[in-house]
Amino acid sequence: MTTTALPAGAASPPGPTRPQARRRPRATRARLAGIALRTPYWVLTGGLALVFVFPLIWAGVASVAPQPGSSQVDGWGLGNYATLMEYQAGLPQYLLNSTLVSTMTVLFTLVASVLGGYAFSRFRFPGRNVLFLLTLAILMVPYATLLIPLYVMLNAIGLQNTLVGLALVLTVFQLPFATFMMRISFDAVPRELDEAALVDGCSSFRALRTVLLPAVKPGIITVGLFAFLAAWNDFVAPLILISDSTKIPLPLAVANLRAQVMGIVDYGATEAGVVVMALPCVVLFLLLQRHYVRGFMSGALKG
Amino acid sequence: MPVTPSASPPTRPAVVAVARRRALHGWAYAAPTALLVVGLFVLPVLLVGQMSLSDWPLLAGNQGLNAPENYVDAVTHRFFWDSVVFTLKYTLIATVLLIGLGLGLALLVQESSRWSAVLRTSILVPSALGLASASLLFYALYSPQVGPLSPLLQRLGLADGPVSFLGTPDSALWSTVFLVVWRFAGFYMLLLMVGLQGIPHEVIEAARMDGANRWQSFLHVTLPLLRPSLALCTVLCVTGSLLAFDQFYILTKGGPDNSTLTVVQLIYNVAFQGQNDLGIAAALSIVVLVVLVVVNVAQMRAMRAGQED
Repeated sequence: MTTTALPAGAASPPGPTRPQARRRPRATRARLAGIALRTPYWVLTGGLALVFVFPLIWAGVASVAPQPGSSQVDGWGLGNYATLMEYQAGLPQYLLNSTLVSTMTVLFTLVASVLGGYAFSRFRFPGRNVLFLLTLAILMVPYATLLIPLYVMLNAIGLQNTLVGLALVLTVFQLPFATFMMRISFDAVPRELDEAALVDGCSSFRALRTVLLPAVKPGIITVGLFAFLAAWNDFVAPLILISDSTKIPLPLAVANLRAQVMGIVDYGATEAGVVVMALPCVVLFLLLQRHYVRGFMSGALKG
Repeated sequence: MPVTPSASPPTRPAVVAVARRRALHGWAYAAPTALLVVGLFVLPVLLVGQMSLSDWPLLAGNQGLNAPENYVDAVTHRFFWDSVVFTLKYTLIATVLLIGLGLGLALLVQESSRWSAVLRTSILVPSALGLASASLLFYALYSPQVGPLSPLLQRLGLADGPVSFLGTPDSALWSTVFLVVWRFAGFYMLLLMVGLQGIPHEVIEAARMDGANRWQSFLHVTLPLLRPSLALCTVLCVTGSLLAFDQFYILTKGGPDNSTLTVVQLIYNVAFQGQNDLGIAAALSIVVLVVLVVVNVAQMRAMRAGQED
């Protein structure tokens, strides 16, 4: 160790030391004060992070931990997941239902909102503003208000108890956000880009597919992510629209499973169910966090 | 079903023809949206209006007009006012807590350090979960048999015996509020963070130069400039809370003794649980719809009036 590396010392010439000598104790004091001030900050924020993450970690641990009254009484293991696999129609069936509903919802939402966003952004046609406002007005009407007539209507056209009917309903509730998001995404792309393609003889659809789609990809990912999360997690719509227990999606199945045996709740299997439901959402969220934030940004800035 | 427009031939020279063709294409692209909006939004809204004026049992279907009987039955339903009062109480608590906490968290994690990023992510992770999944998770978390919270409180000396989180009306309400805050705090934090980032640095620096301390500049500069974001959060939070269903359906089923019955739960119960009367449920839905539209319009008015000051 050498002292020469230190910026200020007693041996330094008097001239330049004066300001440094004055600065140094102050800097140290500031740093010490900073640490002293920072400690409550670390404790507070660390505690906060723990409060938010703890329930998730607990669910994961508890689903494999030994627990009286569950399927995993002795030692650690996957007993609760085994119960879940065999519950009524079985976990694979419920996973399939949820996957089908989510995939169809994402697909319908993307087709409608990409084409719709393109139309609203690039074309002038009679009824354009009315249709756009009507789409946004879906936000104003409560979910529950619409589900009762939808229940009657889907019965009338034979789509009751079908995953397609459920996906169509879920799509409608995604439309305000999705259409708005796609419209502003198209608006953000310079018009010269597709006009050049049109002048070169592209059809408007070809211009959309080859020139515009790559440019609005972030918007598409955001809309798709939100549609997926909403469909995967939705509880009320299937509760009202699906009565066939082999067609219900996962959240409804896990909620039903709670009251399995004579009012005795199988908490172990419930925890396992929560893990199965939450895992894809958390993974998707961590992977696509930036798009998730962007979705809020556009909503907050323009809304 | 979505319609995919086919490729069109090259455009003709006549301007009118081109404009007409463009309009036609526009309609073709908007057709899937139009079909969905008309078929699954406009028609249901009209139908719920008709249902609210008709005798409409769940299984028998439409039995003809009976206005205004459904509205009278809805308002005189024995749980109607209780559920209205409870829903308002819950909305007030949830909105105050979520926006207060959201703002606090937004200020806390604003800086761009790595720790702040970790903090932001951990606060946001719960909002990736569905409300139903989160409710089921807390149902287990709160359970006296397997939940870790009751033993923890006992060990800390905060409770004498096993804590019943969902057993009394008050504890059921606050336990549900805690779940909702856990699930949504990150969402409101994010919205308010976006708002905070929209405030130019110079404005706050100018206030500091003028001698305002941290608190003063927050109160007199940051908060007024944050008003649009706060208004948006309030609208979202009030609307969401007035329509609360999943969390109470899963955690409390409206109990104990129907003390945590929300209006939407009442609609569901009237329609599908026992009473099986879609007419009265539709009337209740219309009441909720009207209240919601009025509340939203009033909030937007207030927001606009505030901006003009």
